Amino acid sequence: MIAESGHYALVLALALALIQSIVPIVGARWRDAALMNVARSTALAQLLFVAASFAALVTLHVTSDFSVANVFENSHSLKPLLYKITGVWGNHEGSMLLWVSILALFGGLVAAFGNNLPLSLRAHVLAVQAWVATAFYLFILITSNPFLRIANPPIEGRDLNPVLQDIGLAVHPPMLYLGYVGFSISFSFAVAALLEGRIDAAWARWVRPWTLMAWIFLTLGIAMGSYWAYYELGWGGWWFWDPVENASLMPWLAGTALLHSALVMEKRNALKVWTVLLSILTFSLSLLGTFLVRSGVLTSVHAFATDPTRGVFILLILFVFIGGSLSLYAWRAPALKQGGLFAPISREGALVLNNLLLTTACATVFIGTLYPLALEVLTGEKISVGAPFFNFTFAPLFVPLLLAVPFGPLLAWKRGDLLGAAQRLMVAGIVALVAIALVFAWTYGGATLAPLAIGLAAFVIMGALCDLAERIALFRIPLSLSLRRARGLPRATWGTAFAHAGLGIALIGIVCETTWNSEYIGSMKPDDIARVAGYELRLDGLSPRQGPNFREMVAQFTVSRDGEKVSVMTPSKRNFTTRGASTTEAALLTRGASQLYISLGDTTADGAIAVRIYHKPLVLMIWWGPVLMAFGGLLSLSDRRLRVGAPKPAKAAARALQAAE
Amino acid sequence: MTRKQRRLTLIGCALVVLAIAAGLVLNALRDSIVFFSTPSMVAEKHLGPGKRFRLGGLVEQGSLKRGDNLAVTFTVADGAATLPVAYKGILPDLFREGQGVVAEGALDANGVFRADTVLAKHDETYMPKDVADALKKQGHWKDDYGKPSNMPSASAAPTQGARR
Repeated sequence: MIAESGHYALVLALALALIQSIVPIVGARWRDAALMNVARSTALAQLLFVAASFAALVTLHVTSDFSVANVFENSHSLKPLLYKITGVWGNHEGSMLLWVSILALFGGLVAAFGNNLPLSLRAHVLAVQAWVATAFYLFILITSNPFLRIANPPIEGRDLNPVLQDIGLAVHPPMLYLGYVGFSISFSFAVAALLEGRIDAAWARWVRPWTLMAWIFLTLGIAMGSYWAYYELGWGGWWFWDPVENASLMPWLAGTALLHSALVMEKRNALKVWTVLLSILTFSLSLLGTFLVRSGVLTSVHAFATDPTRGVFILLILFVFIGGSLSLYAWRAPALKQGGLFAPISREGALVLNNLLLTTACATVFIGTLYPLALEVLTGEKISVGAPFFNFTFAPLFVPLLLAVPFGPLLAWKRGDLLGAAQRLMVAGIVALVAIALVFAWTYGGATLAPLAIGLAAFVIMGALCDLAERIALFRIPLSLSLRRARGLPRATWGTAFAHAGLGIALIGIVCETTWNSEYIGSMKPDDIARVAGYELRLDGLSPRQGPNFREMVAQFTVSRDGEKVSVMTPSKRNFTTRGASTTEAALLTRGASQLYISLGDTTADGAIAVRIYHKPLVLMIWWGPVLMAFGGLLSLSDRRLRVGAPKPAKAAARALQAAE
Repeated sequence: MTRKQRRLTLIGCALVVLAIAAGLVLNALRDSIVFFSTPSMVAEKHLGPGKRFRLGGLVEQGSLKRGDNLAVTFTVADGAATLPVAYKGILPDLFREGQGVVAEGALDANGVFRADTVLAKHDETYMPKDVADALKKQGHWKDDYGKPSNMPSASAAPTQGARR
């Protein structure tokens, strides 16, 4: 009964999306306010029905109703409640339902909080949103229905993939989807602007908070996924340049560029055409990511070829939306008016450079991800493009970007003074040089690139602080006045400083982890001692333990340093009986920003166990950086000018008034 | 500067950055891509020692031998040919005899494949894409290899591996 209701609610949501796709557009053509307002109510009703459908699937999973195929394949009655809930999106059908639920959520948010938008713009935006929704409802209902019943219900389920039975699954996919799908809003705004043939600074101000929100979630989602891979996969890597990871990195790079170009558009009314293009590209890359992950083309060309319905359907969605929006762009963009002028050396110029480097970096990731697939389809030759490719292409493009980051906020709009900015960054430059010298001296004879990279990171962090110090005139006026100025600074300025500093923090973590990470691999018997980076780890013993739906072998290590006991670590190896699969649960010991990491291998006949121990210096900074970036985004989002809403442009205001009467 | 000059400056900068990126990409594609081979392809192509490639196939039943200090040897087969592999380190959880595997490394002078990375995927029904395709081509494909696998949803890394 619940399954059928859930299915039916989804069908109703599709019907509502169809209405929302057509009626508001017709209303906008006829200047009929009542028809345009249909978009608002349908968007909210759609959210209600999709939420009901999603709740139905969650209920089925929680109550372990194995007569539903999706529950049977991915759940088990003994599974802890948390994983019963998160298991809903730990599979293809459920995660697609989560995808459309979030899409409906964003549509509903625009409907509920978009009261300050001109009526026709809101109608267009929600209609475009409904086009995307329609395509994905059809996809779910035709190819991936999560509510399918099994004729003869089995007694027990097949359990969720053990790797996914982790708190990471509760947070990572929803976060990532909030980011991916959040970019649909800026896409809808861009297409709506092209349909209306009108775009101005106010448009950018409406788009920016939505883009920022999506970007914050995507940033946190990627960081979360990286940390999850780090502790769950058991070999201490945190980024693999795997196509699935690249699929989330590409929209992030494009979205970051969009965030900055929308700023130029909002403040200076320039770069309009480019911003619209970036909005389209960012969401297109999100769709591409969904295609790569969901069509199975990465797992196996074979899977794609034997069950092509899903893959071909998503490919079709991809072609329709990307092709359609780019054609619309080619047709309508020349009609958009040119914006304000600026000199090459100016804030605008710096942001253009930022966009140029970010999109180029994004393009290299794109090539590295799709080239092997394209080559295999065209010539049948199989190659793998691994980390070295990305290190040689992505990294050199990011170095000039990082060098330029501190200069951007110090340049004035329209025409900037590069020399002046350089003088104001003197302190940051000196700190960077000192950092290089210190690290070089300390690790004499070691890696040569690492000290330079640390210096670059120090420059980025100090640059962000210099910008703040400059704005509050620190040490040039009495401290109390400076503090008062600091309180008066717009939150967006603080946000910029935090986000840019986060970039530097993450870079320090990345460099330290990759350069000075030390490891011990060997087989150990009880009472054996391993020495890693000044720590002594003694294996106390091995003991078996029974978990809710697994058995595990727990090893206990006593960690000491200079003869003093620091802590106890207990890595384990789990065996999940239902699937006959085993996972390695690494043990982590955090000391400041550094971590000790132990994962277990197989036991041998003579009672020894294979052990892998890493010491990862400052590794946590890799994830503190993105968290700081997201925090900066949040500060910026709470900026007053985004909260009070954009002033209505005179023409639009007049039209809105007219329409309201 | 006129609008036209400014635009030209902009386009010039963009072209320079794109040219650099294109150069980097082409250079990296020449140097850092790794080709994939199965044991029979290795025999056909007479790959020399020292040339890095990815070896894929099935771990032959009964071929896994553990030596001292985490050294392991096993044989990779694709139905037509076999190749001995030596590796030192911890094998991934899902490494099993009779299952698909992908190893990265190079041949040594004795014709033994010295692997520094061994990959297996996090699903018992999964077979590495390269292996599945190669086996299929040679007619060793069994239908139950390709049972729908549950990919970790959008998660960071479905691959599990071991690196020395």
